[in-house]
Amino acid sequence: MKILVAVKQVAALDEDFEIRADGRDVDPDFLVRDLNEWDDYSLEEAMKIKEAATTPVEVVAVCVGPEDADEALRKCLAKGADRAIRVWDESLADADSIAIARVIAAVARREKPQLLLAGAQASDHAFASTGVAVAALLDWAHAAVITLLDYTSGAKSAVLRRELEGGVLHEMQIETPAVLTLQLGINTPRYASLRSIKQAAAKPIEVLTPADLGMSSAEVGAAGSASRVRRMYVPEKGRAHMIEGSVAEQAARIAQLIRERTGGAP
Amino acid sequence: MSGILVIAEQRRGELRPATLEMVSAAQTVRRTPDERVAVAILADEPDRFIPEVSVAGVDEIVTVPLAVKDFDPEALEAATLALIEARRPALVLVPHSIDSFGYAAALAVKGGYGFATDVFRIAREGDAFLATRGGYGQKVNVELDFPDKDVVLLSVRANVFKPPEGRATPAVSAFAAPAARARVSGRQYIEVSAGDDIDMSGAEFILSIGRGIGEQANVEQFRELAHTIGAALGCSRPIADAGWLPKSRQIGQSGKTASACKLYLAMGISGAIQHLAGMKHVATIVAVNADPSASIFSVATYGVKADIFEFAEALRAQFGS
Repeated sequence: MKILVAVKQVAALDEDFEIRADGRDVDPDFLVRDLNEWDDYSLEEAMKIKEAATTPVEVVAVCVGPEDADEALRKCLAKGADRAIRVWDESLADADSIAIARVIAAVARREKPQLLLAGAQASDHAFASTGVAVAALLDWAHAAVITLLDYTSGAKSAVLRRELEGGVLHEMQIETPAVLTLQLGINTPRYASLRSIKQAAAKPIEVLTPADLGMSSAEVGAAGSASRVRRMYVPEKGRAHMIEGSVAEQAARIAQLIRERTGGAP
Repeated sequence: MSGILVIAEQRRGELRPATLEMVSAAQTVRRTPDERVAVAILADEPDRFIPEVSVAGVDEIVTVPLAVKDFDPEALEAATLALIEARRPALVLVPHSIDSFGYAAALAVKGGYGFATDVFRIAREGDAFLATRGGYGQKVNVELDFPDKDVVLLSVRANVFKPPEGRATPAVSAFAAPAARARVSGRQYIEVSAGDDIDMSGAEFILSIGRGIGEQANVEQFRELAHTIGAALGCSRPIADAGWLPKSRQIGQSGKTASACKLYLAMGISGAIQHLAGMKHVATIVAVNADPSASIFSVATYGVKADIFEFAEALRAQFGS
C-alpha cells in the first residue's frame, strides 16, 4: 500500500517587497519560503494511516518546484515520509495549478498509490484546485476540504467528512483510489525530532524532470496551464486608519470608540 | 455559441445565496443586449428553484435533473461538462465555495477550459476575459488572462457582487445530463454543535482572538477582557482547531458569520481570507496586530500596531479593571 502526499513550498512576502521588472510576480528576493501549512496536515494524516496499518505502508512525498523546494521535502522526510520526489525543469516556471497537477498526476501514474493526499489549498495563492485537478487527470474519485478521514490501509473505500460553510459537516463514503484534499485541523501534526531532522538531511530526494515522467512540452508550463498571469500589483484599496501614539493612548482611543459604538456601556 | 452561464448552487433543498451574486457578476461583463445570461440549476428536483432564480438579469433558466440528491462532484462534473459542450458559453461562473472546491478544477481539466478561482473582478478586453484575484495571502492583486481558451470557468468570491433586486420571467428549458459513475455517497449532515450556548451570529460586539495570543494559557485573559468591555469572545480558525475555544466561537467561512455585529475587535488575527469572509462586512472593525503588513489591516476601519498583550492590558485599564 502506498500513499502519495503532494506538497508545496509556498512563498510569503517580506514586510517590504518589490514587484519583478516584468510586472508579473514579486521579485524572488522578497519571498520567504516554507512548507504549505495545509501540507503538514496531509503528511500527518498519511503517517497516521501508516502507523495504524498491520501491513507495510509507504508514504511518498512529492513536490513540484526548484531546488529550494527540497527544504519542504526534507521536513516531510523528517516527520516520517519514506521517500521524496521533486520534479522540476525551467519549462515549469510559468505553470499554474492545473499544469502543476499534470506533473503530480504523472508521478501518481508511476507510483500507483492507493490514496493521494493534498492540502485543500496553499497559503500563498489559495487556488484550492491542484488536488482535484489531479483526480480528474487520473479519473479517480475525489473529495475536498476534509476534516475527518477514516481509512484503513488497503480498504476499498473510506469515510470522510467535508467541512461545509457555516459549521456543518457532510459525511460521505468514497471509493479508492481517491484524491482527498485536507483541511486544517484534521489532526495535530507532529514535530520532527532533532535526530530525525538530522537523518532526513542524509536521505536522498529523487529529482525528476517532466521528460523523465514521459510528459510532452504541450503538458507543461504555460502550454499546460489554464490561466496566465498578466500583471501583479499592490491594491490601493483598504488601508485601516492607523491609531498612533503610545499603547495607553491607542487604548484610550479604542475605549472611546467602544463606548460610542456600544452606547456607553459598561 | 456565446453567452454567460451561471451554475446555481444548492444544498439540502436550499439555494445558496452566492448563486444570485453570480448573476450580478455576469452583468458586469455581459455585452448587452445580444449576450444572454443563463442560469443552470443542477439538482434532484431543479424546478423548485425556478422562482428564486428568476431575478433581473437572467434571460434563461436551464434545469438539469440529477440522479443524486446529495453533493457528488462527479455527477456535477459530468452534467456541467455536457451542458457547456452543448452550449459553448464564453464564460461560466460558479460560486467559490466548499462545493466548487470539490469539482470546479476537475471540470476545467476535463473540458480544457480557462480557469481561475476566488475571482473578485472580471473584465473584458476585446473578446478576452480578464480575472482578478488575490495572491500571496491577499497582499497583492493578480490579473489573469486565458490565452487560446474559448470557454473560461471562474469561481467567484462571495459577498463581492450584490444580488439583483428586480424580478424577471426568464425562459425555462430542461437539459438531460448524462449519469456519472457513483463513487461517492452521502451519509449524513452533522451540525457542529456548540458545547457552548452562545450564538456568535447574533452578537453585536465581538472581541475575536487569533494565533497571536500564542498559547492556550493566554485565552483566559482575553475572555476576561471581553467580559470587561462587554463583548462576546470569538476566534479565528487556529484557536478553534487547537481546541482552545469551542468551534461555535469560530468566525469565518467554515464557522459563524458575524451577521449582527456592529463592532469587531480583532486581536492577533492576521486575516486569512476565510476569516475575513465571516466579518469583513461589519461596519466598524478594529484590528490590533504587531505586524503592520497583516492582511486584517486591509479590511479594518481602524488599525492599532501594537503588542496585543500590552494593548489588552491598557484597554482593560481604560475600563477601570
